[in-house]
Amino acid sequence: MSRTILMVGTRKGCFVLESDEGRANWQMRGPYCDGWPVYHAIYDADSGTIFAAAASEWHGSAIFRSPDLGETWEHSSEGLTYGDDAPKKISKVSTLAASHGRLLAGVEAPGIFESRDGGQTWSLLSTLSGQPGSEVWDDPQNQPPGHLGISNFVLDPDNGDHFFAVVQGIGAYETTDGAETWTPRNRGLRADWPREHEEVGFCVHKLVRSRADGTRMYQQNHVGMHRSDDGGQSWSEITEGLPSEFGFAAAAHPHDRDTFAVIPLDPGHGRVMPDGKAAVWFTRDAGSSWQRSASGLPQDGAHLGVLRQGMSVDTYDTPGFYFGTSTGQVFASNDDGANWSEIASYLPAISSVDVAIVE
Amino acid sequence: MADVHLPMTLQPLFAGLPRRVDVDAPTVIAAIDRLEEQWPGIRDRLLDAGPEIRRHIHVYVDKERAALDTPLAPGARVDVIAAISGG
Repeated sequence: MSRTILMVGTRKGCFVLESDEGRANWQMRGPYCDGWPVYHAIYDADSGTIFAAAASEWHGSAIFRSPDLGETWEHSSEGLTYGDDAPKKISKVSTLAASHGRLLAGVEAPGIFESRDGGQTWSLLSTLSGQPGSEVWDDPQNQPPGHLGISNFVLDPDNGDHFFAVVQGIGAYETTDGAETWTPRNRGLRADWPREHEEVGFCVHKLVRSRADGTRMYQQNHVGMHRSDDGGQSWSEITEGLPSEFGFAAAAHPHDRDTFAVIPLDPGHGRVMPDGKAAVWFTRDAGSSWQRSASGLPQDGAHLGVLRQGMSVDTYDTPGFYFGTSTGQVFASNDDGANWSEIASYLPAISSVDVAIVE
Repeated sequence: MADVHLPMTLQPLFAGLPRRVDVDAPTVIAAIDRLEEQWPGIRDRLLDAGPEIRRHIHVYVDKERAALDTPLAPGARVDVIAAISGG
């Protein structure tokens, strides 16, 4: 019998929700990580370990790890530094990714660290130095609110040397040689502001890659939804039909390259679901049309926000979608997004939701 | 030997770490390095790159705000405080 595990990163620690294959009944445990703000918690299937990127105002940044689904935890920041003499410092680890026996940590000021010993020690992999845009992004004065630095990774399950990294407020970059060299991958994106470089200056909120077809990618951008049919080399906008061009969270269907979910939010200061009515929007035709999915979601006074790591999808034949809100609710659909239920209600503000199937 | 008092936020992170520990060291930074020998990783929790004391960690030696190079006389009391940090 498979176990379905949700890792929920919140402003006050990491929580774990567990269910079976049916995903109808959930038990919650936590908080873990001693209540530190957790920006991104993930499950590494290779090692069976939960990793949680946390940053304490008092004690700095660290990555917690649990080899037993939350029962015991250790933390480390050994090597997670630009050095005593470096002009830039790490304010937080914003995002994590695990594959091919390696962990990646995206940090602010922008840089990528890796661990090859299960999170015990870390070393600097790349700062993307020399890339267009890099001349400004180390200066905190030039960084967008949130100060995420590297805000998102997209991995290639077939090739550990191939992955994408998003620099918040700058754009997406691709490496095919394990972060030795990078190429901006933002061609065709929209930007409603002046930019210094043709290739960068785009606000990529969330980049995802279809598990069914690696050439198909989607992104929720600050301005619009976008699709790529050539592995990120070019993008076209697919916003039409959505109630807002703005949002953070996004998820690609695990079995259908044309199905993709987003959570549109009001732009501006609000950044919550429009009209106080909670909804996830799906396209099942690669963005030609969009359908609102709200069955089971609150439709009155529900001013919910969802951040960029706040939505996840599992890989069952009938996949389940999950999202966590800035007001501490976790909603789940165990029927491919048709119906939703609230599976946690009173958590601290949620930064991230990641799902794993554990045999 | 200095009488070092640590903030409660550190205990959950390091097995066996007491709130109060005797440390034989000539300066604040040396005392932190002694703690690091026994509880690996604690230095990172108190010091930022530089090294410098983390922004919201305050260190006092005999009730006076201290720096990393502040000397520790025999019997000095060292208070490591997790300073007010809201939310």
